[in-house]
Amino acid sequence: MSKRIDVSGLTAYYGAHKAIEDISMTIEPRTVTAFIGPSGCGKSTFLRTLNRMHEVTPGGRVEGKVLLDGEDLYGPGVDPVAVRRQVGMVFQRPNPFPTMSVFDNVAAGLRLNGVRKKSDLSDIVEKSLKGANLWNEVKDRLDKPGAGLSGGQQQRLCIARAIAVEPEVLLMDEPCSALDPISTLAVEDLIGELKERFTIVIVTHNMQQAARVSDRTAFFNLAGVGRPGRLIEIDDTERIFSNPSVQATEDYISGRFG
Amino acid sequence: MQTSTQHTDPASTLTAPDRAAARPDARGVMRPGDRVFLGLSRGAGILLLVIMAAIAVFLTYRAVLAISKDDGNFLTTFEWNTGVLPAKFGIAVLAFGTLVSSVVAMALAVPVAVGIALFLTHYAPRRLAGPIAYVIDLLAAVPSIVYGLWGALVLVPHLNGLYGWLDTVLGWTGVLSWQGGAPRSLLTVGILLAIMILPIITNVSREVFRQVPRMHEEAALALGATRWEVVRMAVLPFGRSGVISASMLGLGRALGETMAVATVLSPTFDIQASLLDPGGGTFAQNIASKFNEATEFGQDALIASGLVLFVITLLVNGAARLIINRRSEYSGAHA
Repeated sequence: MSKRIDVSGLTAYYGAHKAIEDISMTIEPRTVTAFIGPSGCGKSTFLRTLNRMHEVTPGGRVEGKVLLDGEDLYGPGVDPVAVRRQVGMVFQRPNPFPTMSVFDNVAAGLRLNGVRKKSDLSDIVEKSLKGANLWNEVKDRLDKPGAGLSGGQQQRLCIARAIAVEPEVLLMDEPCSALDPISTLAVEDLIGELKERFTIVIVTHNMQQAARVSDRTAFFNLAGVGRPGRLIEIDDTERIFSNPSVQATEDYISGRFG
Repeated sequence: MQTSTQHTDPASTLTAPDRAAARPDARGVMRPGDRVFLGLSRGAGILLLVIMAAIAVFLTYRAVLAISKDDGNFLTTFEWNTGVLPAKFGIAVLAFGTLVSSVVAMALAVPVAVGIALFLTHYAPRRLAGPIAYVIDLLAAVPSIVYGLWGALVLVPHLNGLYGWLDTVLGWTGVLSWQGGAPRSLLTVGILLAIMILPIITNVSREVFRQVPRMHEEAALALGATRWEVVRMAVLPFGRSGVISASMLGLGRALGETMAVATVLSPTFDIQASLLDPGGGTFAQNIASKFNEATEFGQDALIASGLVLFVITLLVNGAARLIINRRSEYSGAHA
């Protein structure tokens, strides 16, 4: 259900450009880990290396190891498709499939996994929508287009779609940056519930959000324009926000950055 | 920290019709440039309608002259005699030939074109996709008479093998049996038309597939979809209405194609049971081959058949529009 991630010496490139360099960290199961840092520091790039989505970008290339409960995601013979079925992802902008209904959106991943029986699908779809705190809002319009929901509902629909396949890890790339404060709150509450079942990694630009939802916080920074992003430190969220061990972290958090 | 960019001009978020409705309060200060542009664009729009109406009136007027003196039934007569009175002519053979050859062309061209478009946008390495797309563009620029000559001189002689094989394997259906005549039949016309309409369907489909938002494809990828599953979940549904539009453009060309059909087909004024036996005719081919020698009355009769082709094309386009609109709330246009 929920696995531990060990990253060691991870470097990612876009073509010849090195985007992040030599990142190592451990992410415990059933925790929420937040990635913070200035724009362009490689948080999202790093997140996308955790489910091998980085390499779908033209020129995208990764060196280093990502162990999911000891198994290297970048080992020889590992199928990226199989990796992505274990490590789910929620994107910055809600992206339900526009041509599918609410139901079909949630069922999409299940159908990829070969679940065909209507009753099984219905059960899991209901469970997932309930898990995403969306069931009560959409139960009467499951056959309506998913793109017809509000932005916040769409994002929770995407979360339902991601958790329907019971991934080990859930990656969230700034899931609230396109949402209003009330929808943001709904998603944050949801993250709190989901961490009972999943290992969650969330990229956010909102430091209050990082402080509210996460157990651990990682601060990324880049040494200068054109230089790769690096992990500055990772620690308990409380400590990062009260007494970080690196000066740069404190500068960033207190707004004295740049 | 996120709200600072929200104070954009509210008018900029309106769609074009909204803006048009909101215009009255701006009418007092219309600038000369706007006025000129408004006049030009409005004039162009009206001109288009006038031209359409003029064509329709012209066709209808000459057609009525001819049909009123038709001694046969204009829709069902299997004959085209406009030279000696009493005139007897009907469009049944032409309608059959036109529709059958176009349907064959679509059935062959659409799957191949969609396949090529998918290959170019989602499978081919970029270095390969560019040149291939260029060659396909070139195909679209070849004049139809060149296709016709190629069809008559190269395609037809090489189809004997295919025809023999079809006759052996599927001859029992009757529709694909072959009596051994020269393969200048509606099937050959369909094959040639398919090659001719392939570029336009491919190009339009390629544009549509290229516009599939990256985030929809990533959504599928992140769920653990293979490349083909991404195509099935995100690309094809998004591109569906575009592919239909592309096909309609191709169909429009196939329905109206004249020179290539006239060069390849050996026309007779009857309907063959089998697609493989030579004979039949299409609207455009019939007009082209008879117009020069026709009397004025004969020309009117041909114009009447042209009017039917015009109506068929309108109906086909209308049907396509219906298909596209029927599921427009799922189209992804508002995503």
